[in-house]
Amino acid sequence: MMPKLNASNAVAALMCAALILLPVYSAATGNIFILTLFTRITIYALAAASLNLIMGYGGMMSFGHAAYLGIGGYAVGILAAEGIGSGFIQWPVALAVSALFALLIGSLSLRTRGVYFIMITLAFAQMAYYVASALSRYGGDDGLTVYKRSDFAGLINLSDRTQFYYLCLACLFGGLYLIWRIVNSRFGLVVQGVRSNEQRMQAIGFHANRYRLVCFVIAGTICGLAGALLANNTDFVSPAVMYWTRSGDLMVMVILGGMGSLFGPVVGAIVYLLLEELLSQFTEYSGLILGPVLLLIVLFARGGIMGLLGRMRRG
Amino acid sequence: MYLVVEQLLNGLQFGLLLFLLAAGLTLVFGIMDFVNLAHGSLYMMGAYFAATFVAWTGSFVLGALMALGATLLLGIVLEYVALRHLYGRDHLDQVLATFGLILFFNDAVRLIWGPAGLALPLPAWLTVPVQIIPGVYYPAYRLMIIAVALAVAAMLYLVVMRTRVGMLIRAGASNREMIGALGINIKLLFTLVFGLGAALAGLAGLMQAPILTVQIGMGENILILAFVIIVIGGIGSIRGAFMAAIFVGIIDTMGRAFLPDLLRKVLSGAAASTAAPALSSMLIYLLMAIILVLRPEGLFPAAKR
Repeated sequence: MMPKLNASNAVAALMCAALILLPVYSAATGNIFILTLFTRITIYALAAASLNLIMGYGGMMSFGHAAYLGIGGYAVGILAAEGIGSGFIQWPVALAVSALFALLIGSLSLRTRGVYFIMITLAFAQMAYYVASALSRYGGDDGLTVYKRSDFAGLINLSDRTQFYYLCLACLFGGLYLIWRIVNSRFGLVVQGVRSNEQRMQAIGFHANRYRLVCFVIAGTICGLAGALLANNTDFVSPAVMYWTRSGDLMVMVILGGMGSLFGPVVGAIVYLLLEELLSQFTEYSGLILGPVLLLIVLFARGGIMGLLGRMRRG
Repeated sequence: MYLVVEQLLNGLQFGLLLFLLAAGLTLVFGIMDFVNLAHGSLYMMGAYFAATFVAWTGSFVLGALMALGATLLLGIVLEYVALRHLYGRDHLDQVLATFGLILFFNDAVRLIWGPAGLALPLPAWLTVPVQIIPGVYYPAYRLMIIAVALAVAAMLYLVVMRTRVGMLIRAGASNREMIGALGINIKLLFTLVFGLGAALAGLAGLMQAPILTVQIGMGENILILAFVIIVIGGIGSIRGAFMAAIFVGIIDTMGRAFLPDLLRKVLSGAAASTAAPALSSMLIYLLMAIILVLRPEGLFPAAKR
């Protein structure tokens, strides 16, 4: 499939180029802050992209997606605290535990639809939040400090800012590529078909919930990877990562950028986190501006930023 | 035994408070099909208004009444300016917009009242313990919360079931277009219902304020509990919200009070002290998950559309 040249694809291409060249700019100007900021942004972009897979393409409005950020993070943190520093063990465990959690809550949650699905995923994420708060051995409410970043036997040094940034970026691009392949595969088409009309898909012989569940597990696993990256980025993991407002942030990124568009969540994450950062430099009260901006976007820019770009091309 | 009675009353009081919050949420959700995450912010504003007005007038009752009026007004303005444009939109759009409102209100409160919490002191006549059965004392203020909330619940029932406005509200819940077509000013009705819900949230906030501190983010925890209640009770059903709220209030309070001791009997000390707080906080969510899996429509679903 050859991508067409239009406004949204041009923006996506420019954005990717900028993300790749960012460390060069940072090194040239000595601006380290922008590199650390964008490391965080790429991690959240990956998390938002995974949420977009189930929300935008699968029609599953999960309000508990931040749980995987915490689970991936805690897998890394707890293993590190127990003296297992190797990333070759930490990361697969983080992915496996996230996948398992997604399988468990997915198989229960997918019995419900609509608002009930939103609420039940939220309930499970809150449960994960309270479990983490109660882990007194691993810091409980106060969170867990990760004293040593994951060790990849000299292949890559996660403590080096540039190397870590490129690792995050590679994970983001890898995740996006995977999602793109999934969405355009037979499997992905079935999932999207189920979103549009579940009864019809069921009637022509697809076991709708099985497809949904697999999609749900894949998204959870990708987000678990983002969680492992996040714990390494902040050298810290706490229950607050899983609080429902974090899941809300992820949802905002997806909707802001454009749900059901491959690069939408990336644009959303960049705009949302940059806006938050910029506003906090001008004023202590960034919510006073950010809040109404979100409201205005909902009222006047349906389909998010990518949707706006799409309309520009037509009209 | 006395402890059980006291905790049961605490649970009832908490449950009734949750009902005030959930009633507004379920009305707005059931009638306008509107997901309002900012409902918790209205609860917070009720508490802040009360703390301010009580300090200003020097009278608890007068201050509380003014705070109630202020929250009602705020709700109506909010609905008129922003939220009415979101009816009929996707639930996700509503979630995003009202999430933005939460950010706005939290920082607005921080700007006006500062980041530190406020205290709302009780007047002397509400701090005395009352002997409810021989040998058992219970704080007068908590008894007052129970009385006020029960009175409001009864009033709500009468308004919704016995008055013309209530009839319109019920009609609106079952078929919005039809009552519009019958010549009812549906916009006005929606604004009214939203204001009512806001006032109920404000009432819950200002009554809770003397027990907890008044602080930023106080609405966020309790909002989720209110959502749990309307989901358990069946969306749009006030009766369901009432039952579920009391159920949730009692289970939550009893779980926190007695679960640690129960677990200690079964598990070793260290394991119990880790598991107990997690399990007692999770209890409600566990309950909701089980109910949703077994009865996805809630326990007392409102009449089918």
